[in-house]
This record gives sequence, structure tokens and C-alpha cells, in this order.
Amino acid sequence: MLPDNLREHPVAAAVEAFDADAVTGGNYDRKELTLETPPAKIVSVCGFLKYDRKFVRLSTVTAVDRYPAEPRFEVVYHLHSVEPCQRLRLKCRVRGEDPVIESVTSVWRSANWYEREVFDLFGIQFVNHPDLRRILLPDDWQGHPLRKDYPVAGTRV
Amino acid sequence: MSAPETPPPQFGPRRMVLNMGPQHPSTHGVLRLVLDLDGENIVNCQLDIGYLHTGIEKEFEVKTYQQAVTLTDRVDYLAPLSMNLGYCLAVEKLLGLEIPPRAQWMRVMLTELTRLNSHLVWLGTHALDIGAMSVFLYCFREREDILRIFEMFSGQRMMTSYFRIGGLALEPPRGWHERVKKFIDVFPSRIDEYEDLLTSNRIWIGRTRGVGVMTLEDMLDLGVTGPMLRAAGLKTDARKDEPYSSYEKFDFEVPTRTESDVYARYLVRMEEMRQSVRIVRQAMDGMPAGPWKADDPHVVLPDREKMKTQMEALIYHFKIVTEGFRVPEGEVYQVIESPRGELGFYVVSDGGAKPYRVHMRTPSFGNLEAVPKMVEGTLIANVIAAIGSMDFVLGDTDR
Repeated sequence: MLPDNLREHPVAAAVEAFDADAVTGGNYDRKELTLETPPAKIVSVCGFLKYDRKFVRLSTVTAVDRYPAEPRFEVVYHLHSVEPCQRLRLKCRVRGEDPVIESVTSVWRSANWYEREVFDLFGIQFVNHPDLRRILLPDDWQGHPLRKDYPVAGTRV
Repeated sequence: MSAPETPPPQFGPRRMVLNMGPQHPSTHGVLRLVLDLDGENIVNCQLDIGYLHTGIEKEFEVKTYQQAVTLTDRVDYLAPLSMNLGYCLAVEKLLGLEIPPRAQWMRVMLTELTRLNSHLVWLGTHALDIGAMSVFLYCFREREDILRIFEMFSGQRMMTSYFRIGGLALEPPRGWHERVKKFIDVFPSRIDEYEDLLTSNRIWIGRTRGVGVMTLEDMLDLGVTGPMLRAAGLKTDARKDEPYSSYEKFDFEVPTRTESDVYARYLVRMEEMRQSVRIVRQAMDGMPAGPWKADDPHVVLPDREKMKTQMEALIYHFKIVTEGFRVPEGEVYQVIESPRGELGFYVVSDGGAKPYRVHMRTPSFGNLEAVPKMVEGTLIANVIAAIGSMDFVLGDTDR
């Protein structure tokens, strides 16, 4: 459900009109629009935003670990429309056990490396990704450093 | 990162796999390209990055907001002040902090000098790769002047950390105006010198025109930003589209070309340097008077003199230094135009004194992803020119 204060926002309203189940929350804070969407809907929502709402660029994909909360991970997408200049943040909550979400590489090719980075540093699997390998760390690295239960220094407990 | 899993298809007598880097001089750092060649033609190109990964995003989570400024320098070490600015603006947006005009203008002036600094390194090394060695020497001569100006302001040549949350780290030094003016008066004639050496040079044109061509659609889809997009005809620049730090008050052009080859990128960056000179001059001449840091005792350190006479100032100083300041819960994505393209800071706060999560959307990472598309199907000699025109920094890529 779209929060009431976002009904006036053209992009938020358009996503709601496209698929009523695609928005589970959101806010407009510090002049930035955030929409939450269920992981199952991410590819269709991104496709709609790219082709119908001119969000031609995917700025970045990243994640936030909310450990020990559940669902543990937030996968965060920053979209950018060049003309008119607009930005949008999409968020998907993913469970902590075997985190998995569908890849958006079919919508933007640039998602390839960003999703590999999230896989590398957070251990989130991206289904249908063409080449899901570690990108920054060595192949034989153990663990995923940006998780909150991964120590900053010293040996793992 | 090991070699890609899929071995190159059918080896014929002309096929070979060439490993370029990570120690190749023209990869400007530690980048490895695995080139699958058919004679001199590139059939397939795979990039291998991560050699310079230092876990800076993890490090952010154990530093206070103010301490973390020093980490940002180390990411894009050729444009440290742009990194400082992006991070400070993001945290200031979370705090809702108002920055006094003098600090904003000073920030604009110094980030534009940073752009010159970064473009000079790019021009020098790019020309050196293609064989024009003397350009490198000229560029580093002027770069030295800029680094000395940075040293004058911050005490450091490269890892400046001069912008702090709430303004600047130190009061601008006495005599900065003359120093910057002296440099900026001479510099346009230096740009002419570089252009004399390259712009109509037949070898330069032969090596760059029509090389590394990419369509605008491919670039947008692959995450390319900055001068490369502008050389493909798209007039996009965060300084104009989403002005920050008073850029809307400055008068400058956003240069574009339509050819989208290495030569066009060269021309765009040369023109950007001239525009940066214009901005620096405007900032210098119109520098507002007033304080150089925000008036918020919870965030900004008090003046030294106040600490000696006022109890409150001493308490605030102690609190800020020992435990930092708390930042309201929330998240922001702040974009600035770094010399390389779109630099985004995604900062998440949980209400504490340390960032909960900082993600840096660095332009080099996005640009590099387009390398295979750009070089596949061309000759191996063009790889050097093509990747040189991207102006990436590996510290910026691997973080």
C-alpha cells in the first residue's frame, strides 16, 4: 500500500497504478523518494520504470544489513532519469537465511557489476544473473565482509 | 579474482589469450584485462578488478562521522576534495545543516581546482600512453602548482581532508587569494600549450579519432557517466542538473561533443578545464565574507580562543572529539559531479555517532564496466587509447 502522503507524487502514483501490489511502503524524506517493493516484483517494477517512466540509468545497487532484524537485508537500487532529472530509491527486504533476489541485469546491463559486488560483500544471491562471481575479493575468500556479524579486524569468532 | 570460468572458444593458429596487467603501465594502477585475440583483433575482453580493495566501506562503520572524512580522500586519490565534498554534503543533508556562503564558495573553488588537478593527470598519462611524452612533463608542472595550493590550505598535498562536516577544517590561509590568482592567470595559456601539442597533431588524431566509439544508449545502459557521456552528446552535469554547494550561482558552460570517440572525450575535458578556470575566477572574485564554518556547537568544533575562555565551548569540544555527534535517523543519496562522472554517497544513519552504512557510487566503477563493449571487435593497439580516455582511478573502482 502506498502511504497517503505519497499519493500526490507522480512517480509513486504511477508505480501504484501500474501494479497495486508493487508498493508496500515508502517515504519522501529530505527531498528523496523511497519506494519499497516486494522482491518478487523487482524486475517488473524496474522494467516499468525504465521504459515507461524514463529511468534510463541505474546509478547503483547496494545493500544494507539490518542484523539482527528480520528480514535482515535491504537491497537498495538508485535509479536516475536524465530528462527530466529525477532520482528514485527502490528497496527490497530480503530474508537473512539464504538471501536471494532476482537480478535486474535484464533491464539494465550495468546491474551486472553492482550485483556481483553485493553478492561478494553481502552474500546475497541474484537469480538469473549471467555471471555471478566475486568481483572485489579473491575467489577463495571466506565470508562476506559487509555483513554486520563480520568483524572489522582480527579473527572471526 | 581468478580468470573467467569460461575458457576462450576454439583456439586456432591466430588465437591467443593475452593477459594485460595488473602491472601494465597503461592500466594506471592495478587493473587486469584478459584479452582473447584473433591476430590483432580483440574477440573477447574480461576485466579483473579488486586488487586495490581496502574495505573502506566497512571501515566507515567504525569511525565517527567526522573521522570518516579522512577515509574519503583515499578512495579517489586524484580528486580528494571531490570525495570530501560528496561525503560532507551527504552527512550535512542528514543533519539538515546550513553551510555559510563563504564555506560553500571556498568548496566550489577548491573542487574546481581538484578537477583541474585530476584532468591534468589524465591528460599527461593518456598522452604518455599514446606516445606524446612531453605533454606529461608540462601537465605535471602545472599540477605541482595546484598541489602547492592545496598544501597551503590544508597542510597536505594529496590527502587533504580539508572539507569537514559543517564547513572547512581550517580558516583559509592568509594570502590564498594572490596565490590562486597567480595560478589562474597563467593557466589558460598553459591549456593553449597542451592544445598546441595535441589538438592538431596528426599522430594524436590518428590514434584517437574514431577510436573507442560507443553509442549513447550503450553508455547509459552500462552505467557510464561524466565527460564520456558529454562526449556522446548528452548534456548532463550534476553541477547544472542538481546543483549543490551554490553551483547554481556560477556561470559556466557544459561542453558536449557528438562523436563519442577518444578524440571527442579529449576535447570535452580540455574545454572543461577552461570552464573550471572560469568558475575558480568567479569564486575567487566574488568570495563572500563571513564565517567559514556552520554555527552549530553540537557538530562543529569551537574556536580555539573560545575554548580557553568559555566552559561550554570546552565541553562541546570534549564531547565532539571523544564521542562524536549524533546524526538523525534516515538515509540520503547525495550526487556530485566528480572529475570522472557521477559520484554518489549513500549514507544510512541509525541515529548514532557512526554511520550505519556508507556506500560510494564511484564513477570509475561504473565507467570500467563499459570497457569490454568498447574494445571488443577493435585492434589491440586501440585498447590503450580507449581505456586512457575513460580516466579511471583504481582506488575509486575497488574502494
